Amino acid sequence: MSQQLIQGNEACARGALAAGCTFFAGYPISPSSEIAELLARELPPRGSVFIQMEDEIASMGAVLGASLGGRRAMTATSGPGFTLMQEHLGYASLAEIPCVVVDVMRGGPSTGLPTSPAQGDVMQARWGSHGDRATIALAPGNVQEVYSLTIEAFRLAETLRTPVAVLYDEVIGHMREGVVLHEPTPEELGRRTAPRAAFSPTFLPYEPDENGVAMLPDFGRGYRFHVTGLMHDERGYPTSDHVKVAELLERLERKVEPAVAAVPPERYRLEDASVVLVAYGIVARTARAAVDLLRREGIRAGLLRTRLLWPLPAPALTEVSSSAELVVVAEMNRGQWALEVERLAGGKTVLAPYLKAGGSVITAEELAGHVRRLAREGVAVS
Amino acid sequence: MTLESLKKTPTKGPPPRGESPATAGGTTLPEPPPSAEKRLLRHGMMPHMLCPGCGHGIVFEAMLRALASRYEQLDDVAFVAGIGCSSRVVGYIDACTLHTTHGRPLTFATGLKLARPELKVVVVTGDGDGLSIGGNHLIHAARRNVDLTCVLFNNEIYGMTGGQLAPTTIPGAYTSTSPQGNAESPFDAARLVEAAGATYVARAQSYRTREFEDLFLRALDHKGFSFVEVMTDCTEYFGRTNRLGNGADLLFSQARVEPAIDADLAGRSTLKEVRSTPVRPVLEMGVLHESSRPTLEESMKLSGAGS
Repeated sequence: MSQQLIQGNEACARGALAAGCTFFAGYPISPSSEIAELLARELPPRGSVFIQMEDEIASMGAVLGASLGGRRAMTATSGPGFTLMQEHLGYASLAEIPCVVVDVMRGGPSTGLPTSPAQGDVMQARWGSHGDRATIALAPGNVQEVYSLTIEAFRLAETLRTPVAVLYDEVIGHMREGVVLHEPTPEELGRRTAPRAAFSPTFLPYEPDENGVAMLPDFGRGYRFHVTGLMHDERGYPTSDHVKVAELLERLERKVEPAVAAVPPERYRLEDASVVLVAYGIVARTARAAVDLLRREGIRAGLLRTRLLWPLPAPALTEVSSSAELVVVAEMNRGQWALEVERLAGGKTVLAPYLKAGGSVITAEELAGHVRRLAREGVAVS
Repeated sequence: MTLESLKKTPTKGPPPRGESPATAGGTTLPEPPPSAEKRLLRHGMMPHMLCPGCGHGIVFEAMLRALASRYEQLDDVAFVAGIGCSSRVVGYIDACTLHTTHGRPLTFATGLKLARPELKVVVVTGDGDGLSIGGNHLIHAARRNVDLTCVLFNNEIYGMTGGQLAPTTIPGAYTSTSPQGNAESPFDAARLVEAAGATYVARAQSYRTREFEDLFLRALDHKGFSFVEVMTDCTEYFGRTNRLGNGADLLFSQARVEPAIDADLAGRSTLKEVRSTPVRPVLEMGVLHESSRPTLEESMKLSGAGS
């Protein structure tokens, strides 16, 4: 297959098209706008829908309406827009409406650094919407992966009937790399659940299948049913029955767990590593270079590169916490995912995160220097 | 009905306040025969949550009556609503019903309609939902001329949250968040959406349900963004707070020029405007605007558009 030199945002749009996306609603925002611009050119000639809405709240609303109509639907934004979308992300989780939301992260809070990279939306992706929302967030680390993980985001969204976020920073969004645009197989595309019985007055739209996913039909296909953002029973009717509500929340959390196995982490020189760098997105690239630097200096370093932020890839994180003497989470924020890793490690290892917020990428030399300092202080064993 | 006959403002006077059959007391009305509109009800959702005397119930029944005259079953009609008393009524319709977030039903409806142009999509919203938190979406839906029918139940107050000030509350009226009387001016919803580009705009009253049914059916038939504002009454909050009597009193007052608040209450306000006892404005009813231009689906050349 031939390679194409394209930027991350284009790879995202190409991935969406390959994944069968036929509906995009969005609002202009740096540094994500190229995704909307490309889909504005590509979707209408295919008979698909592109619409620029009046804001990000409306964009998410339109995406959810289209998804209920049976479309594979997405939007793309950056931090401030992602904030406005949180209300409807919560709605989509509870009402079990598939959708893909791409957040090309820039510096925050507020308008922040509109054209600089950051990884500050990790916790927003997890807890940005009120309540105990189960969530899936993917973190591609290069342009090729933006393409493949956008396809995977659609598969997870459709098969698990839940919103899936794709988070990458401005550098990956605008960086150009050679990418193979492979055509996904039917298995890689996935399909939404469908009701097993024809419509009858006793039809249960929110009856879960064996994987805990509601078998909700699309609107206007002969099934008449109710969708609400209120807590609901299997009929879709509002309920405040404490037991039913607790069961629903538990099921929604359980149903996103397959994402952990579906998006495994990448292990680099981990076999004998006593120092494990944990990174995602653009930082994972420089962390890999840092591992090579440290290895040349005799420090047994390795990298756990995660491509999944939520749900937490707990098995891999627990594994490195048990085997390594030092775990360094490197991320471009003031410490978000690092706290989750610390929580999982439960005191089993020494944690010394390397954090950098301010609008520039963590370099390999900075990261290697951080480990060297710790080694000199006797924290890391070489 | 012709456009001209619908544009008439009310002339026939209702019975004087306090003497209506509904408030006479002790009168036993005969059980009405089973109605056609009941077949469109989602009986599993009953009992409904509207208060006794609420104008929304009257309008909802009229909506169902109109729909029953047109549809045997609502398989190809989707109802989308926001948050509030009015928005809850879609849950009682046996159709594909979508109870969305506060103020945003038109955004969901726009996405659904563009995704599935062959579906008839009806939005039910309220004055808080559609004009306050959702005001931006309302004008943009009108501007785009999406082929939707939007029915806005205007009861001039926030009912579900306990009777707070709305962007439609009459100046001077008391609400739980305007204890001195409302110091703000209200939106004219119908004129607002007309200016924004809606191609069918009508206003109706819960007092005259047959006219509402007719205006609603015409909205359903209209190609493009059709908007029906229907004036209804919140008896529990607006009525009580402003001492305007019961549901029937409020209903009949729609056809008269009446004080918007009780005169004694007005005297207590520190606001000069309120002490002069505000009156409910006389609103023009019927079809207020009708025009034709391509719908968004047609402009986008989406398959199924215009069918």
